Amino acid sequence: MRKTMTDKEYQNYVEKKSPNSNIVRNVIRAFIVGGLICIVGQFITNALRMRGYDQEKVAGVTSLLMILMGALFTGLNLYDDLGRFAGAGSIVPITGFANSIVSPAMEFKSEGYVMGVGGRMFVIAGPVLVYGISASIVAGIVYFLLR
Amino acid sequence: MSTKRLGNQTVKLQNPPNIVSSAAIVGPKEGKGPLRLFFDNILEDEMWGEKSWEKAESKLIRETFALILKKANKSAGQIDYVISGDLLNQCIAANFGLRESEVPFFGVYGACSTMAESMSIGSMLVDGGFAEHVVCITSSHFCSAEKQFRFPLELGTQRPPTAQWTVTGSGGVLLSAKGNGPYITHITTGKIVDKGIKDANNMGAAMAPAAVDTIVTHFRDTGFSPDRYDLIVTGDLGAVGKEICAELVQEQGYNISSVYNDCGLMIYDRERQDTHAGGSGCGCSATVFASFIIKKLMEGSLKNVLFVATGALMSPTSTQQGESIPSIAHAVSISTVLQ
Repeated sequence: MRKTMTDKEYQNYVEKKSPNSNIVRNVIRAFIVGGLICIVGQFITNALRMRGYDQEKVAGVTSLLMILMGALFTGLNLYDDLGRFAGAGSIVPITGFANSIVSPAMEFKSEGYVMGVGGRMFVIAGPVLVYGISASIVAGIVYFLLR
Repeated sequence: MSTKRLGNQTVKLQNPPNIVSSAAIVGPKEGKGPLRLFFDNILEDEMWGEKSWEKAESKLIRETFALILKKANKSAGQIDYVISGDLLNQCIAANFGLRESEVPFFGVYGACSTMAESMSIGSMLVDGGFAEHVVCITSSHFCSAEKQFRFPLELGTQRPPTAQWTVTGSGGVLLSAKGNGPYITHITTGKIVDKGIKDANNMGAAMAPAAVDTIVTHFRDTGFSPDRYDLIVTGDLGAVGKEICAELVQEQGYNISSVYNDCGLMIYDRERQDTHAGGSGCGCSATVFASFIIKKLMEGSLKNVLFVATGALMSPTSTQQGESIPSIAHAVSISTVLQ
């Protein structure tokens, strides 16, 4: 009879006891839902292009419409259900980025529009913006020097 | 030299307090679970007519407190102490929920072990002759807990299978010096135990060693064996923690598996209600104890119960700083007859 486990032994034991996420199932779901979101985006792009808009405008308007839909479905309390099913499939597209900004804005509305909505809106998207913008500045400098 | 102490961590109450009244109010999800028939009130929505989740949780405590008194036919003026706490920062659910109660108040924080912690302190107050009537009450709310400890509700995330679901609900009991039981006979107060688990999505595994320590210490201090009890129930270890707890208690030479259950597994139908490893939160052990377990004790179908509420004592700040999760478990032994 073993009396006590060391912390390390216990952590290894817990590792064995804890069920893992079903990766195959999650990957398939993420692929399907992520793919569907992209198809919607592509559909919008094609529809706009058939109306004769130029490529640059089409890309911008498509992004805007996808962000609008992500925000709308978050507000309708549907995007969290989609996210529970699809995981990365609904987080990675730009609709997921909209969800990450709208959801804290909704959550912290009870703390007021300034410190609540305003102060907390970027609590999840903030790091993405900080490091995304930082990385693009670094890339810009590298591009400038190598040009 | 204290005459009431047994072993290192246990107290044997010489004037065992009676549990004379209890109440449990739960949210809609808990109201669809297997114990729905035992709760006093089931909310239709989690806001309960309030403007924020936090206000709704305060209302849960306030209304549960009122219900406990009503069922015992007591007024607030007859209560000597109320001992209460919850999961929110600075225990605002308890502080705001009881601010109009006009009853001397002790605020406690034991994370999800708060129900057993408050009953332990309350029992000692009654046993020591410092109080005639003490109310012990706690709560948790899924939405306010998610907001404080995790992510916004509407954020589309997936949970790992070891994650648990915070119970929306409040439960409490009235302890009195006089009555006909069920009696609180022994209290084993837990130590803080930390085995280095850092995953806040696997709190059952973090808390299981604390439960093991308290359960084994209880048997050693009192000389009881597991077959004294018809139910040994932990607070919110969930599926992963419960299995670990049963195995590790067995390794220490006590087989509890035939009488062992966990409130986190009793309150939800895990498959149907998609709660992964089970329920958690102060309200989990509190509502299961104050409804199902008390009713079974009052009916006589349970005679001896060891109630071991478990708590994970971390905060979002400690998690972000990479700290492991210190845990605690407090045990309260309840009997329908006095030996």
